[in-house]
Amino acid sequence: MSIDKNSGRMLIRIGGEAGQGLETVGEMLAKALIRSGYEVLATQNAMSRIREGHNYFSILTGTEPILGPEEEVDLLVAFTQETVDLHKDVLSEQGMVLIGPDMEDQGLRSVLSVPYSDLAEDKIMANVAALGVISAMIGLNQELVSGVVQDALGSKHHDLLPKNLQALDNGIQWSGRQSIDFQPLPEGAASQSRLAINGNEAIALGALAGGVNFCSFYPMTPATSVALNLISQADELGVVCEQAEDEISVINMALGASFCGARSLVPTSGGGFALMGEGISLAGMTETPIVIVLAQRPGPATGLPTQTEQGDMELALASGHGEFPRAVMAPGNAEECFHLTIKALDLAERYQTPVILLTDQYLASSIRAVQRFDLSSINIPQAPTAQSDELESYQRFAWSENGVSPRLIPGAGTHLVVADSDEHTPDGHITEDHQVREGMVDKRLKKLEGLVQEIIPPAYTGDDDPQLLLMTWGSSQGAVLEAAAALRHQGQSVATLVFSQVWPLDPGNFEGYLYKAESVISVEGNATGQLAKLIRRETGFQVHEQVLRYDGLPLTATQILRQLQS
Amino acid sequence: MVSIEDFGQYETAWCPGCGNFSILTCVKKALAGKGIAPHQVLFASGIGQAAKTPHYLNCNMFNGLHGRSLPVATGARLANPELTVIAESGDGCMYGEGGNHFLAALRRNVNITMLVHDNQIYGLTKGQASPTSGLGHVTKAQPHGVQLEPIHPLSVAIALQAGFVARGFTGMQDQLVELIQGAIDFPGFALVDILQQCVSFNHVNTFKWYKERCRPLEKDYDPSDWQAAMVRSQEWGDVIPTGILYTNRSRKPYEDVLSVSSHGPLYKQERSMEGVKAAMQVFA
Repeated sequence: MSIDKNSGRMLIRIGGEAGQGLETVGEMLAKALIRSGYEVLATQNAMSRIREGHNYFSILTGTEPILGPEEEVDLLVAFTQETVDLHKDVLSEQGMVLIGPDMEDQGLRSVLSVPYSDLAEDKIMANVAALGVISAMIGLNQELVSGVVQDALGSKHHDLLPKNLQALDNGIQWSGRQSIDFQPLPEGAASQSRLAINGNEAIALGALAGGVNFCSFYPMTPATSVALNLISQADELGVVCEQAEDEISVINMALGASFCGARSLVPTSGGGFALMGEGISLAGMTETPIVIVLAQRPGPATGLPTQTEQGDMELALASGHGEFPRAVMAPGNAEECFHLTIKALDLAERYQTPVILLTDQYLASSIRAVQRFDLSSINIPQAPTAQSDELESYQRFAWSENGVSPRLIPGAGTHLVVADSDEHTPDGHITEDHQVREGMVDKRLKKLEGLVQEIIPPAYTGDDDPQLLLMTWGSSQGAVLEAAAALRHQGQSVATLVFSQVWPLDPGNFEGYLYKAESVISVEGNATGQLAKLIRRETGFQVHEQVLRYDGLPLTATQILRQLQS
Repeated sequence: MVSIEDFGQYETAWCPGCGNFSILTCVKKALAGKGIAPHQVLFASGIGQAAKTPHYLNCNMFNGLHGRSLPVATGARLANPELTVIAESGDGCMYGEGGNHFLAALRRNVNITMLVHDNQIYGLTKGQASPTSGLGHVTKAQPHGVQLEPIHPLSVAIALQAGFVARGFTGMQDQLVELIQGAIDFPGFALVDILQQCVSFNHVNTFKWYKERCRPLEKDYDPSDWQAAMVRSQEWGDVIPTGILYTNRSRKPYEDVLSVSSHGPLYKQERSMEGVKAAMQVFA
């Protein structure tokens, strides 16, 4: 069983070594497709374990919505022999391979050797010549592609632009002179003004829209580009971005800033997040807002640093010693990355507690076509009350009905703001009084009740009493939704339950669906079924089966269907 | 007018005779003398007996984790460059658990005053060796005597071209007040390492021991001479020099280089949605 391909859907894969400009050409191609009205899902892979530097960029495109990655390649653009070796077995029936002049065709059915040295004056521009060849083959408008190249190179590398445009044109012209048996894309939708954006970029944009003005970070794949995107706007929009000496410093610095009225966000991956553990607990104790982006990659330890996994949900749920409230969001696509970042910032600010945003390498680095985000509807949460000296007295941790105490900014008025990582009295000073201790624990945990009221319930789609319910979370949602669509197409009764927030949970939002389905299968990008375990802990419900992937690659609909069948 | 009384008087958890009392008094005197009111200053401290100091004076305070006062102070000062920010903790907290932050803070040169209560021992955990304990110092945890070379915090700071590097002693309070004020005035990162007695757990480096050795630097000592400062910072024998060992005015405070901080406290800066719209355009 495999997916019924939507007509005209095409997977283009560009592979080679680091330094051959694969990312540049991949991003330009994705942008050109999006501007031409096509849907796009572009993913990056760096397979450092096979040979140093073998990278590939996969662009799935077509006229129908694309939710998750696919496996069969229709057009393989190989800049190295290794690329042909590694990917020839996943070529589709009509799959075609473009190779360089010095490479072997290995007897593959449909191969085209491109004379890059004739097309590009400089070897380094072979990638742009390839872009010309590809765009002509798939039927993109020449001027539009040339506009994308101009936008990409124009501002930074203006001097290189004429030669690159020449290489592009040479590629297009050369392609036109060949008789190539390759089916171009069907006509794209009317050109719309959409964004070509990946998860990390959407998070950075959401952070800016949500009022982030402080970001400390320590470089760690695949989270770093969240910080880099903020840095690129830092001077213009007023964001302090600081590369710290380690992740322990990162979180403590962000908390110091937040205590003084900044809105702080820190991006990291599993190892760095583990180092932040004590700081996350400190945020809980001092009731200081903080948003932590945990972009997962396969562990344990250094694991597969450039690949993907959903293995850190339990870490996010349990990080930090002691008991304190938190929320854990798990966006499933670029749109959710944007909106849930804003939601995370808002919750952190209003509940004065840590909020974690769980993504992964696949989501962080895949580019999709999305509608422009509507900024008019965003309300940046109020900064903590800049001090009013009218208040007679002030206590940072004053008892309150909902557990939330008014926050003031130190130095903004004459009231003193005192916070302590020790258990403390309402005025923030150290105490070892058992009654106060119990009261303060209750006060902090009381905030969880408010967080529960603001949960994003899991999205349920499908029949009321389905034969099969596929349950998933985070970035695996796309593959699951596509697998479900394929099964429905074959006449099966299938529903999906997708969590984009994994903590807190309110079983009332979803428990009924679990019992109504004949069979519930949890689909996750990890080895132990962490969502399934969480659901069992919170509801007692044991899923019937699991589809798990933990080889470093994102789940695909094809793979889910394959596992369901076996 | 700010007076020492504005900073209040509180019951403490310290042993009678602890050097912390003198430091607390000197801190209050230094702030009052500079006209800095309690609400204009933020203390970031770690964990240990020294780290409790901000609890015993009126001030804004973030008493955070062991070893992490400098990152908190850094974030606070970058978020609000109008605040006087002081990181205060003990030698174990600042040089041991927080050693990497100490190095980074020296290099970063944010306008923070770092006050280290240096009694060469862990007090709160009852007498283990600290990063500044002398070679051979016998404790319950180091029964064969300390074998690790002490950290020499002033030499480390001078090696990294810190802006203001000073040593004080709880038995020389007038000088200590001046050193703390000098550190607050200094535009950049300023370290005052304060030698103090631990009456309960350090029976080697007692008040008498320090008293016999601590001597103010000569009047004609030139703290801008890096090599001389390096040599003097290594003096630790019959004479231990106190005062400003090194000043380096060639570096700008870090926040002066950040364009964002130069616009004042972050909480007063509004986000422009037009700006966010322009940022979104990058992806179109």
